[in-house]
Amino acid sequence: AEEDFSWFDLTEIELLRVKCLPHTLDVLRASSLYTPFHIQLSHKTQRARAHRRFIELLPPESRNVEDSLRVRVSTEQILTLPELKANPFRERICRVFSTAPERDSLSFEDFLDLFSVFSDAATPEIKSHYAFRIFDFDDDGTLNKEDLKCLVNCLTGDGQDTQLTSSEMKQLIENILEESDIDRDGTINLSEFQHVISRSPDFTSSFKIVL
Amino acid sequence: MALARCRYTPPSPKIRGSRKSILEYSPSSECPDPASALPPTMTSTAGTWNSGGGEARLGRSPSCLLLRLFFFFSPPSPLSRRAAMSDTSSVSRLSWNGNRDDSFLDYNLLTSMTVSFLQELPSYRSIVRRRTSILSRDKSGGTLLKPASSEIRSYLETGKSEREHLGSQSIRKYALNISEKRRLREIQEAQVKYLSDWDQWKQYSTKSWKRFIEEAKELASHLELWKNDIRSIEAKFGTGIQSYFSFLRFLVILNSVIFTIIFLFILLPIILTKYKITESTFLILPSNEVDMRCKVYPVNSTGLIYFYTYMIDLLSGTGFLEWTSLFYGHYTVDGIKFKNFTYDLPLAYLLTTVVCLALSLLWIVKRSVEGFKQNLVRSEEQFQSYCNKIFAGWDFCITDQSTAKLKHSSIQYELKTDLEEERIRKKIAERTPEETLRIYSLRMLLNAIVITVLAACFYAIYVATVFSQEHMKKEIDKMVFGENLLILYLPSIVITLANFITPLIFSKIIHYEDYSPAFEIRLTLLRCVFMRLSTICVLVLTLGSKITFCDNEECRVCGYNHKIYPCWENQFGQEMYKLTIFDLIINLAMTVFVEFPRKLLVTHCSSWKVIRYWGQQEFAIPDNVLGIVYAQTICWIGSFFSPLLPAIATVKFIIIFYVKEISLMHTCRPSTRPFRASNSNFFFLLVLLIGLTLAFIPLGISMTHIPSSKACGPFTNYNTSWEVVPKTISTFPSALQTFINSITSEAFAVPFFIVICLIMFYFIALAGAHKRVVVQLRQQLAMVRWHPK
Repeated sequence: AEEDFSWFDLTEIELLRVKCLPHTLDVLRASSLYTPFHIQLSHKTQRARAHRRFIELLPPESRNVEDSLRVRVSTEQILTLPELKANPFRERICRVFSTAPERDSLSFEDFLDLFSVFSDAATPEIKSHYAFRIFDFDDDGTLNKEDLKCLVNCLTGDGQDTQLTSSEMKQLIENILEESDIDRDGTINLSEFQHVISRSPDFTSSFKIVL
Repeated sequence: MALARCRYTPPSPKIRGSRKSILEYSPSSECPDPASALPPTMTSTAGTWNSGGGEARLGRSPSCLLLRLFFFFSPPSPLSRRAAMSDTSSVSRLSWNGNRDDSFLDYNLLTSMTVSFLQELPSYRSIVRRRTSILSRDKSGGTLLKPASSEIRSYLETGKSEREHLGSQSIRKYALNISEKRRLREIQEAQVKYLSDWDQWKQYSTKSWKRFIEEAKELASHLELWKNDIRSIEAKFGTGIQSYFSFLRFLVILNSVIFTIIFLFILLPIILTKYKITESTFLILPSNEVDMRCKVYPVNSTGLIYFYTYMIDLLSGTGFLEWTSLFYGHYTVDGIKFKNFTYDLPLAYLLTTVVCLALSLLWIVKRSVEGFKQNLVRSEEQFQSYCNKIFAGWDFCITDQSTAKLKHSSIQYELKTDLEEERIRKKIAERTPEETLRIYSLRMLLNAIVITVLAACFYAIYVATVFSQEHMKKEIDKMVFGENLLILYLPSIVITLANFITPLIFSKIIHYEDYSPAFEIRLTLLRCVFMRLSTICVLVLTLGSKITFCDNEECRVCGYNHKIYPCWENQFGQEMYKLTIFDLIINLAMTVFVEFPRKLLVTHCSSWKVIRYWGQQEFAIPDNVLGIVYAQTICWIGSFFSPLLPAIATVKFIIIFYVKEISLMHTCRPSTRPFRASNSNFFFLLVLLIGLTLAFIPLGISMTHIPSSKACGPFTNYNTSWEVVPKTISTFPSALQTFINSITSEAFAVPFFIVICLIMFYFIALAGAHKRVVVQLRQQLAMVRWHPK
């Protein structure tokens, strides 16, 4: 089965590694799911690893490869992953990458999407685009003062004693807007955000999750 | 559906030459909707992100106005006008249409226009003009939909055909989810049929090349040294400490490369000859003009050796070690005669050292170029720091709950300190003249104290070195074991003590100087760096002065004190060797006798208030970095006098890596004071560069000014070590000789220097002009927003 080996596919080698039954390969090949993904996880091992982690979240009866590529996992289960458990933005991440109508569950494709954006191979533009969506708490397409306030509170931690005082918060948000709001409309839109991020040296190294 | 509104127009063969955009947003075109061809399960309905609220803004959004402004500024071209019309028509369509299921690709086309406007800034344009490859243009854009914006940009700038754009577009760069990427790929594949064979082949070959490169990168990443260790350190302790370990790994690799070069060019010929692997002989030329008194080199009797003499020799490089290939004195040959040619060992010895230093310099500069660019941008716009801390503040690698809590508190601490510092800066700006005068006079006084402390340390090192040198020559059996070692290691001990005490003094003094907190840290660090690295220089210069100092007629014969130092390069080599060994011993001792007991005390006796106050060990990054830079500087200085020293340094750094890793994992807690990764890489390499520059000084002086010893070493027939080079050049053909002479003369050097200064001034002026344009454009943007025409 080596002749089918091509770079961007979930190959038989990977599927064998995740211990699937042989006949499911025929099922997969027949379905239109067996198509190139063109995702950032360029390492085959990383994609196989992602698939293994995803399968662990599923209930035992749907742990075969067929179902795993079709079934969706609820957000609560995704949040039990150790990579996301300690992250203050975990709910936002799940919401952003979910393609379900109610935004409350992730399929394997969404899962792969998530880890591919957070991998090393994703370009800074992709990362900054998704970072903008994650930080946009009210989903209105811009970062206004309320979004920034939620963002800062997420960063400093939950709890009364860890938050900044209101005067400090005001000073901080004024400083942020002064640095990044180019057109002085009081909000940060995507292009201003990407412009700021492109000059931020730490962004690429901090916006990454290792599987 | 997300892509349903983007009509795909397959370019027919006859219009291949003209520039037609692939994704035209014109409502009238006759093409099949690719989305409908897919099975219904594949389409996603949640491709939209911006809901109705964003859409309502579109009609009067700043991006809309900027769009018009952009097309006003850009040179007119038929397609750009058509694109403008189609875009404005799509904008008007969007504002009329209450469809929530709006394509976010449309919206992002508008924002991409905004970004394109921002990219009209001259700095960006000059970068783009320099770049010729398509791929790099893609990378530099902040856009989401690559074909449209890069097309328009290309029309305005180069006018290349977009065929190449489409073919080589990697779908990876799009910020869409997987199902939409799949659809885009089908569009691309359908489009492939319309390309000529040549274009198809080009597309195929670029794709296969990219795959090959990625596979090679994956293979190379498997070979990376200590990858898993560093990754687990990063996960637990963050990127600041991980950068320290990456730096250590870089030094290991650098030292092993240096040693490989030294081995190939110096050791290998000698080993081949000594063990008769090839038929070559050593060549020893008699020297007539050298006085025989300089050639006397008394050999210590090799009778019965006591064990502790053996240990002392091992630790200090004297005795049996002095004659091994560890030191300079072993290489007392003038050449090696192979079958067809004569290998000039003196020249090889000198050039190898020079090449190793040059290689280190180039490698460090290459590594620091990225960090410097970022640091320059950062320091230029000091008001970027808040955005960086907020938007890039959270380290998504953190998986541990306790580490996360620590990160939260460190972010809070950092924000509070920054805001506090801003308030202090405002206060400083409002200082009265009397206060300023008082503070400046206080600062001068404190700087004078710092200089006295430094001078006192240097004098202590000088005295210790002189004492050690004078008493080293005493008979071994007249001394007690400990006394002997103490005298041998006296300079190292004094240096270590000085390096331990002075940072404490400096950190106390800086509080009174009333600087802002960030500047305080930087200044203390700078002083510690200077202290550490100049102690080595002082040691070497002391030795040098002792070697060339003679109060009677002795020196006139050979140029140096041949009675006490018949082979002075060996002495240098021994001092460097002793410093290296002592540094390693101190590191191990600190870990075993200080860090582990501290951890044990804290865990088991935490009821005592003193212990609790002392607390668990924190991994102090600046001190550790200074330690390894110090070790590397010693290695560089010593590489000329002791060719095996880089190998010893490699082994030492490997040991230190594992020791520090174990100590970190078991005794340290993550630091509350954050040390940012980007800053740290640049800082480490800068300190290393300072070390390298300081290593050049003693090497340069000893190579060119102090006469080489006539009793040992490869340079017995030359006045100084550097003389090998002019003598070799004089054997070249005369044309080459005149050429080299002209390059190294002043008539060439001075105009060259002036030209380089002019180029530098030009770039500084250009940067200033760019800054002014940026400020003007910003004002224009703000004006446009508030006063739309």
